[in-house]
Amino acid sequence: MKEKISNERKEYLFKKKRKKLFIFVTQILILVFFILLWETLANKEVIDSFITSQPSRIFNTLINLSSNGLLKHIVVTSYETVIGFLIGTILGIVIAVLLWWNDFFSKITEPYLVVLNSLPKVALGPIIIVWVGAGTKAIIVMAVAISLIVTILENLNGFLHTDKELIKMAKTFNCSKTKILFKIVIPSNISTFINSLKVNIGLSLVGVISGEFLVSKAGLGYLIVYGGQVFKLDLVMTSVLILGILAVVMYGSILLLEKFILKVRRV
Amino acid sequence: MEKILEVRNLSKKYQGENDEILAIDGINFYVEKGEFVSVIGPSGCGKSTLLSLIAGLENKTIGEIYIEGERQENISENVGYMLQRDCLLEWKNILDNTLFGLDVRGELNAETKEYVMNLLRKYEIIDFINKYPSELSGGMRQRVALIRTLAIKPKILLLDEAFSALDYQTRINVTNDIYRILKNESITALMVTHDISEAISMSDRIIVLSKRPGKIKSIYRIDFNIQNRTPLNCREHPDFSKYFNSLWKELSTYEGKDIE
Repeated sequence: MKEKISNERKEYLFKKKRKKLFIFVTQILILVFFILLWETLANKEVIDSFITSQPSRIFNTLINLSSNGLLKHIVVTSYETVIGFLIGTILGIVIAVLLWWNDFFSKITEPYLVVLNSLPKVALGPIIIVWVGAGTKAIIVMAVAISLIVTILENLNGFLHTDKELIKMAKTFNCSKTKILFKIVIPSNISTFINSLKVNIGLSLVGVISGEFLVSKAGLGYLIVYGGQVFKLDLVMTSVLILGILAVVMYGSILLLEKFILKVRRV
Repeated sequence: MEKILEVRNLSKKYQGENDEILAIDGINFYVEKGEFVSVIGPSGCGKSTLLSLIAGLENKTIGEIYIEGERQENISENVGYMLQRDCLLEWKNILDNTLFGLDVRGELNAETKEYVMNLLRKYEIIDFINKYPSELSGGMRQRVALIRTLAIKPKILLLDEAFSALDYQTRINVTNDIYRILKNESITALMVTHDISEAISMSDRIIVLSKRPGKIKSIYRIDFNIQNRTPLNCREHPDFSKYFNSLWKELSTYEGKDIE
């Protein structure tokens, strides 16, 4: 049997739905308006489309995706980002576990981590190039450099703030440190892990693009720099647009992963 | 009567940043089989320290602890410990929560699991074993925590302010509930509390500790002379207020001194 809904509730739900729809439509309208304005101003030559590009030209570049090698560049950037993301996240969590395990070591490394964390990692670019060579490796190292320290600090902080009472409870059952780690600390920090995934996917992309700015012969970062140098603003704008879409897709997959993990583990 | 727990000349000193703190000083007492003993005292008198020492969670400075005549060092196999909060693991279902202790001690097998299942059946948790802690009421959660502790068949159960996180109404019900289970299973228990009436309603004896450094000031024997004693019918007994007044006076002498 369906429950009877009062008229007030119907009205409330209707209003809520209408407001949501209104916000969504307005958001779309703003985008459409902006694109149309850009296009019109460029056509009327109020703005110089050589410098600003224009939506129709971006669209054309997109259409010719496979012929102008754009697809290859997208694949390169995605690949580098995913590898950098995986290395940065896994290595970061492993190091955080080690530091949690050894209080002495964690105290020693603390000031170094803090300094490394506030250092702009892009500054390490030239050093990385000299050390690992100008290529894909350098780009991945850059992505790892950007996400690693944050991952360590955030996860270590999460581990150290695990509910003390839960640990005490486990200790009353003579629980070993390994078991405390796997049965209490890690399950308690699932949301910390997911948070680092969310932050890291963005940071890895930043690392990869700045790496590509410096060294690469392929990738969206390379296209942006190249397009800027030869004044092909269509290419620059298209690359930026794709980069935006790529970022959304990557973040979206993390959100899906989060949903899945929470469903399985019930945190 | 057989002494389950015996504490001899127990002292604990903490090394603080600025000075040494003597938390408890020369404590001697015992708990007999099947007895329910409470420890009360002004806040900061080292009540909880006492339990941590008996459980082996902290190292004692001086003294000896015997359980069934065996001297205890480190974390004891024979002690069950219930903390202030139920400390159920939110990501495990109720059955896995009750099996947690057995699991980490490597004692989980068909026989021990059956023992837990029996407890779950007996104390009406069996219908909830596939649920998660967040779906249970405070009283139910506390009962699950008790079964988790009883699963390892402790020789003595330590209760560290085990009910103080509950609201008053739930608390009265839960103490009744837990008391019934403890008596049913003939569990020997030592409880630390700051609640005088809770101590009177549950205990056979009450140990009063002095202000820090905690020493035993006096030991009260509580005897209501009622058949099928429960915490609730103790509270209704005319002697209850008599016990309450004398214990309250004993404790408040310290509070008074604080003001001077």
